[in-house]
Amino acid sequence: MTLLSLKSMQTNIGQYAVLHDVTLDVPEGGVFVLLGRNGAGKTTTLRSIMGLWEPSPGSVTFRGQDITAMHTADIARLGIAFVPENMGIFGGLTVEENLILATKNGTFDKDRLAHIWRLFPALETFWTKAAWSLSGGQKQMLSVARAIIEPRDLILIDEPTKGLAPSIIDAMAEAFREISETTTILLVEQNFEFARSLGRDMAVIDDGRIVHAGTMAEFAENKELQENLLSLSA
Amino acid sequence: MDQLRMTIERFGGVNLLPVAVALVALVLIGAPSSWVTLTVAGLAMGMMIFLMASGLSLVFGLMDVLNFGHSAFVSFGAFVAASVLAWLGGWLGADSILLNVAALFAAFVAAILFGLAAGWFFETIIIKPVYHDHLRQILITMGALIVAEQIILAVWGGTPMTVPRPNFLEGSILIGDVAIEIYRAFAFILGLIVYIALYLTLNRTRIGLLIRAGVENREMVEALGFRIDRLFVAVFMVGSALAALGGAMWAGYETLITPALGGELMIVVFIVVIIGGLGSIEGTLLGAIMVGLVANYVGFLAPKLALASNMLLMMAILLWRPNGLRPAVK
Repeated sequence: MTLLSLKSMQTNIGQYAVLHDVTLDVPEGGVFVLLGRNGAGKTTTLRSIMGLWEPSPGSVTFRGQDITAMHTADIARLGIAFVPENMGIFGGLTVEENLILATKNGTFDKDRLAHIWRLFPALETFWTKAAWSLSGGQKQMLSVARAIIEPRDLILIDEPTKGLAPSIIDAMAEAFREISETTTILLVEQNFEFARSLGRDMAVIDDGRIVHAGTMAEFAENKELQENLLSLSA
Repeated sequence: MDQLRMTIERFGGVNLLPVAVALVALVLIGAPSSWVTLTVAGLAMGMMIFLMASGLSLVFGLMDVLNFGHSAFVSFGAFVAASVLAWLGGWLGADSILLNVAALFAAFVAAILFGLAAGWFFETIIIKPVYHDHLRQILITMGALIVAEQIILAVWGGTPMTVPRPNFLEGSILIGDVAIEIYRAFAFILGLIVYIALYLTLNRTRIGLLIRAGVENREMVEALGFRIDRLFVAVFMVGSALAALGGAMWAGYETLITPALGGELMIVVFIVVIIGGLGSIEGTLLGAIMVGLVANYVGFLAPKLALASNMLLMMAILLWRPNGLRPAVK
């Protein structure tokens, strides 16, 4: 069943057309990976889904509802969370405050909080510390934790492994695997090994267009296709 | 050097700056009684400017809006309060402190209500169409300030208006050979109460949490499901009301006001916001106290430099800390 559907999405930033024709169906459940080179339009795709940049023309449909022209806050309230490339944490707020801001009514569900502390123990350790004082990996954990502090239907995650140490990347992969058991993840990633270890379905974007879509297993086996589309070998 | 910096940080960091300035002034002034009088005057002036500037700082921090019309709220607050005080002149002159307080309270409430309404109108009609466009913001808000001055001229006339003070705020308290003007002490206490209320709202409530987060990263707050534009209207209205309250206090302080009041204070208000660091209430308070103290000390020690003292202070602080004394984390 399709959870999110993008139809002929075009997005302009200023006078520059970044997305030319993005058509994509994200099925419910698991991790859907969007791969692409630098500047291909991956981040713009996620931001357009969140309503941070309005696609025109084109449409974004979530659970059958057209969300193209909706305000970002209203899109978020439908159950879509966003983990941006720069993590988007509030440095002047404590870890606790960052998380409480993402709750619906300002209180924590004890079970969910315990689950988050189990996934990311560092967050419990630095609970009352200002978020700016966290390391890069801890900030990424906080950003992901904020996305799952409430039940969501879809989480958009933009290049979560960028600049992180290998051990943190492994921990992050484990966390995503667990999160994806209950929540659909649309993951934008350049780290192919990381993406391959998580993705069930995938698509490749290049120059603002979807140039390939299929299963990750098929794509991982086709070295020539990888070389052509991503200029990398697995 | 690093150890010295860490020691200073441990004992309060930049928060100690007003204390350091006051100690240097004590040495230069020599006479403790004059120093106390000037310090109280500086703190009172600083607190009134804080009232005017705090809203502007939050508005800029939260929505990146440059509102050069902010001082129009100061002018309107001053004139509305002065009109109410003039209307209740009988209460002001009465021996009953209760009637005195009631008149002052009515003047403040009128200024605050006017500030709230004017803030809503200003944000909805003037600011909203020019979000994300600094050049247009500067042009349209400066234009609005000129229009506001003309409205004040049309309603209250061009003759300077005398502002009556309640009896209980007249005179001074004598402590030894030190005279402390009651109105200045009152201005300081009122400013402190407003600061504490703002501090508690920002740090102990969910709305405050949203404002602090919005100042840092507006986009991310929206991505968490909150309409920051609606929050902004509320912050703008509260900021305008505080500016109007600051104007009302300033009117009582000066006792003679003209329609140019807002334009004259605009520069000081912007200096305070820049010195303090955009989007930070603590920074605005620190900047306002610095400006108040320096203006009074320099006015006493080197009167010819008094007009330039705020500019020189701003230059010195920005050379040292380009983002201001205590900017909000971005």
